[in-house]
Amino acid sequence: MKRRNVLTVAVAFALAAFIGACGKKEEAPAPKAAEAPRPIEAATVKIGTASPLTGPQAHIGIDIKNGVQLGVDDANAMGVEIGGRKVKFELLAEDDEANPTKAQTVAQKLVDAKVVAVVGHFNSGASIPASKVYSDAGIPQISPGSTNPKYTQQGFKTTFRVVANDDQQGPTLAKYAAEHLKAKTVAIIDDSTAYGQGLADAFERTIKESGAKVVAHEHTTDKDTDFKAILTKIKGVKPDLVMFGGIDPQAGPMVKQMAELGIKAKFIGGDGMQTPNFIKLAGAPAEGVMASVPGLPKEKMPGGEAFLKKFKAKYNADVELFAPMGYDAVMVFVDAMKRANSTDPAKFLPELAKTNYQGVIGPIAFDDKGDLKNGPITIYVVKGGKWEPLETITPGGATATAASAPAPAADSAKK
Amino acid sequence: MDIFLQQIINGLVLGSIYALVALGYTMVYGILGLINFAHGDIVMVGALVALTVVSALGGSGLPPAVVLLAAMGAAMIVCIALGVTIERVAYRPLRRAPRLAPLITAIGVSILVQYSAALVWGKQYISLPTLITPSEVAVAGAVFTDIQGYIFLLACGIMAALLLFIKKSRIGRAMRATEQNPDIAGLMGVDTNRIIAFTFLVGSAIGAIAGVMVVLYYGLGHYFMGFMLGLKAFTAAVLGGIGNVAGAMLGGLLLGIIESLASGYIGDLTGGVLGSNYRDIFAFLVLIGVLVLRPAGLMGQQVSERA
Repeated sequence: MKRRNVLTVAVAFALAAFIGACGKKEEAPAPKAAEAPRPIEAATVKIGTASPLTGPQAHIGIDIKNGVQLGVDDANAMGVEIGGRKVKFELLAEDDEANPTKAQTVAQKLVDAKVVAVVGHFNSGASIPASKVYSDAGIPQISPGSTNPKYTQQGFKTTFRVVANDDQQGPTLAKYAAEHLKAKTVAIIDDSTAYGQGLADAFERTIKESGAKVVAHEHTTDKDTDFKAILTKIKGVKPDLVMFGGIDPQAGPMVKQMAELGIKAKFIGGDGMQTPNFIKLAGAPAEGVMASVPGLPKEKMPGGEAFLKKFKAKYNADVELFAPMGYDAVMVFVDAMKRANSTDPAKFLPELAKTNYQGVIGPIAFDDKGDLKNGPITIYVVKGGKWEPLETITPGGATATAASAPAPAADSAKK
Repeated sequence: MDIFLQQIINGLVLGSIYALVALGYTMVYGILGLINFAHGDIVMVGALVALTVVSALGGSGLPPAVVLLAAMGAAMIVCIALGVTIERVAYRPLRRAPRLAPLITAIGVSILVQYSAALVWGKQYISLPTLITPSEVAVAGAVFTDIQGYIFLLACGIMAALLLFIKKSRIGRAMRATEQNPDIAGLMGVDTNRIIAFTFLVGSAIGAIAGVMVVLYYGLGHYFMGFMLGLKAFTAAVLGGIGNVAGAMLGGLLLGIIESLASGYIGDLTGGVLGSNYRDIFAFLVLIGVLVLRPAGLMGQQVSERA
């Protein structure tokens, strides 16, 4: 009896610990920072940013934060004057841990700290719940990397993004797969997140329209690293192509294990896996893997070269993914404030919607929902252990959705 | 058919890792009646130490086997030190305390080890530069790699050696005596403190090897990886009959196979309602099932209940 008792208690504890671990990322809101008295001559304007600064996606989140910081520094160096007063921008960076609950907490914290604008979040799963908080407070938000269509489709006036969304990216990727890779049978895997599943579903709709057959659609999680069972199943249905909606910590081991199982199918995915980390994780089998990324290749961005140099000089690191988008988001805010001649969100929000700005990433203008107009999408391939841009595709108008009739092939312009 | 065989191979390799970790749980439970919840995190530390060593030596031009042995050695040393320290500091003072106390300490130690590792290595995934490019061997339509082969054979070797050691050696006999009754074993001249420390040493060393295998197999690790691995291995130990060394091996292999088959076929069986993203629940379904139907596990002895 004694042992059984201990065992039962142990199991109860194990389960409790398990449940605890699932919800453990919740944290009490941090105490509000005491408001410093504002100097009369130079007004301090607070800009917030939120992204995963810890956890498996920290490298992407920190990249964004660094881009935003660079933007704030440059805005300060320009000596912006708004409403007759010199403005000093101050950045408040928060860690949302890529966690929807934490994202809301962090959003509230930024609102309480009286930020006038927010660059963030990175994950769609974080941006969407946080956007409600910003919208309620009337604070505009520009996401540098969230691609789930829902983010801008909630009817909020405050949501904007400077990347093409999944309804643009998924179909573009699917069209590329159908036209250039001639994929007839496709297996799809997603990581069950708002981003991964959204991208995979958008891809699935368009690839079906092209006449290809989806022979499997499997789900995993954004924490798993063992995909042997799923891949074995996929091996059984012999697809020409495997598409993955998810990010690099999963994509890397997945490609590696695919090679180990002797699956010869091509592998494509979205922007979440187009990182140097992916190549490191996948090893030699990374060669030939393709991924789409919203935006032009960093090097081909109108302001790319100068930005990369500046970024490298300041952080001694290469741009991972969305730093230029984070930088431009700050500049778009500053531009709107200048045109409105006010740092009051209520006053510069209408100007923000009318943005027509030439950023590092190219021309930035928003449609009526806040999505980037004509956001280009670039297909990359791993060649010689590096991501090389293959082709840039500009969807025919930012409002194009997966539901619209198949667009003519002329949409994809070779660069 | 080849798909089924492939799933079995996947399961055996995954299962042999579970089995090695399960040994650590079962040996400690056998001798102390304590679930050492920190064991999964000891494995995690082993994995991260190995990652660090491989990253440091990877570019030095040493042959992969040497790098790997160095990584394994370093992982074992750190894990043994950690395991024995945990026993000395966290469990020994509580040996005569009510059973709940060491259990709570174990969970505390687990969290302490996790977040210490997060401080040392950071919270992100750490990836391993590819050390060995696996070569494949095809068997009846299924494929397995030499890495999988090494993992499976090494695990089997360790398990056989451990069984033999416990059965035949002097220390093994002392371990069995302590397991039966520590007080009487003490009266018979067994230094039970040393034997218990030795049990932690062996469990941690085997755990370190399991950690190195995880790293070698999946190529990455992070500070939280020991948690789920530990729970699964614990389940394997319960499945086989906790306290029973051979049972832990059987339980580990079985659990690996169950998980592979379940995540491979659940989509088809449920018509796509449940996908393989639900695979972690199988371990816990097995755990609950075993506790309800056969609490002593597959190879455990029914402990007679006192009236």
